[in-house]
Amino acid sequence: MLILHCPYCGVDADETELAPGGEAHLKRFGPGSSDAEFEAYLFQRENPKGVHFERWRHANGCGKWFHAARCTTTNEVFGTYSAQVTEPPRDIHDKITGKRPGWLSRWLS
Amino acid sequence: MQRYSVFAVAREAMRQHTGWHRAWASRAPRKSYDVIIVGAGGHGLATAYYLGKNHGLTNVAVIEKGWLGGGNTGRNTTIIRSNYLQDPSAAIYEKARSLYETISQDLNYNVMFSPRGVMMLAQTEHEIRGYQRTAHANSLQGVQTEFISPQRVKELCPIIEIRGPRYPVLGALWQARGGTARHDAVAWGYARACSDMGMDIIQQCEVTGVRSENGQVTGVETTKGAIGCNKLGIVVAGHSGVLAEMAGFRLPIESVALQALVSEPIKPCMDVVVMANTVHGYMSQSDKGEMVIGGGADGYNNYTQRGSFLHIEETVRALVETFPIISRLKMLRQWGGIVDMTGDRSPIISPTPLGNCFINCGWGTGGFKAIPGSGWATAEMIARGTPGPLAAAFGLERFREGRFIDESVAAGVAH
Repeated sequence: MLILHCPYCGVDADETELAPGGEAHLKRFGPGSSDAEFEAYLFQRENPKGVHFERWRHANGCGKWFHAARCTTTNEVFGTYSAQVTEPPRDIHDKITGKRPGWLSRWLS
Repeated sequence: MQRYSVFAVAREAMRQHTGWHRAWASRAPRKSYDVIIVGAGGHGLATAYYLGKNHGLTNVAVIEKGWLGGGNTGRNTTIIRSNYLQDPSAAIYEKARSLYETISQDLNYNVMFSPRGVMMLAQTEHEIRGYQRTAHANSLQGVQTEFISPQRVKELCPIIEIRGPRYPVLGALWQARGGTARHDAVAWGYARACSDMGMDIIQQCEVTGVRSENGQVTGVETTKGAIGCNKLGIVVAGHSGVLAEMAGFRLPIESVALQALVSEPIKPCMDVVVMANTVHGYMSQSDKGEMVIGGGADGYNNYTQRGSFLHIEETVRALVETFPIISRLKMLRQWGGIVDMTGDRSPIISPTPLGNCFINCGWGTGGFKAIPGSGWATAEMIARGTPGPLAAAFGLERFREGRFIDESVAAGVAH
């Protein structure tokens, strides 16, 4: 079973306690944006086979939203972090690079 | 092609079955083809078959990274039905269902289509209204379905407990012409027919890149070398996102694991397919006697082909209430497939931003039933260069235009 560490209440929560929230760090487009931007925000997803950043909620626990970095092929969890950020923090990046050498991040250029 | 018939079986019985030929040829890839189809599952092979049969295109290769029909075609619960709410869905699923009726004769390969009837249980007041609406829509679309009473449900499937405390059966949407088929045989039958038309089916050949020039596709790079093509069809279900990235575009798709399980075999006890969408479970009995049970999809992206324990438990817990008879059965096997979910739970059959590159994906949890119709529509699109009437509503542009084919209400999670 998938187990994620909730960065707020500190519990290692089983999948049964958690509610998945989809791809993380989407840029929100609203009124005034182009059709293509709005479509991309609403529907188009990275859907990677490998490292994925996503949102989770500790629904049957403290109730807080948080972020997780997970591999979609092995379900290996690289780490969880605060919901109050717009991109993955440096230490999560480093952890992933340590375990997946050659991994390319779209947040580092 | 060696024709299969009762005489062939009798002839071979006389000589210890030494005269059977290979069903399809295994060839090395040539330098180039008119059309390359990536993905030798049901949809890819059906596309290739109808390219040859309906459009006379036989210089075609079907490339598969694993083995033929080893993805979702070999991992589903084999249900065939066409009781969808929206007109474009009813059209393509009904086309598929009607092709299934004669496909064994058409392919000279027994796919064991068994139109035993499919019932979708209404277990809440909302479901009653929803299914009555679907029944009305179906009668306008020319799809034969009816809304039946709990007593009729009990007659058709005596092992159902219709007065369950949490999930009583309040009625059902019944499609007498729905049923099941042998999933592997569908892939094998199409593969044999494609091979007979001179097409190359290349297994264990993974596509690693898509080649293009001036915005037009020119071929693919594979683990068996580069292969050129004039037109490319991507029919890879759960891995559509991976191929789309190689081709340089993004899809409105997320891949999740959907799982199913079978029980130990028991004597025949149900001769219909029952789907219970409120509790996300569906069940039928295979010819071997196993109860085939399908459940809900995982809630998070993954490519693991196994699925989470949580969903198995949910499914079985709910089904045990509706079918008390299964409570002491042992599970024999469990497996998962990677399904490609779109925002409106309807498929994509569409040209792509890359010229002469077409995609067929997004069948989500319900692709098996659509195989012949999907292949028919995709072949038509690839041959003509633009989608025909069956595929027209399923274009990628519908997400930008807000023109959804919303089946998430009509079909729930169980397709």
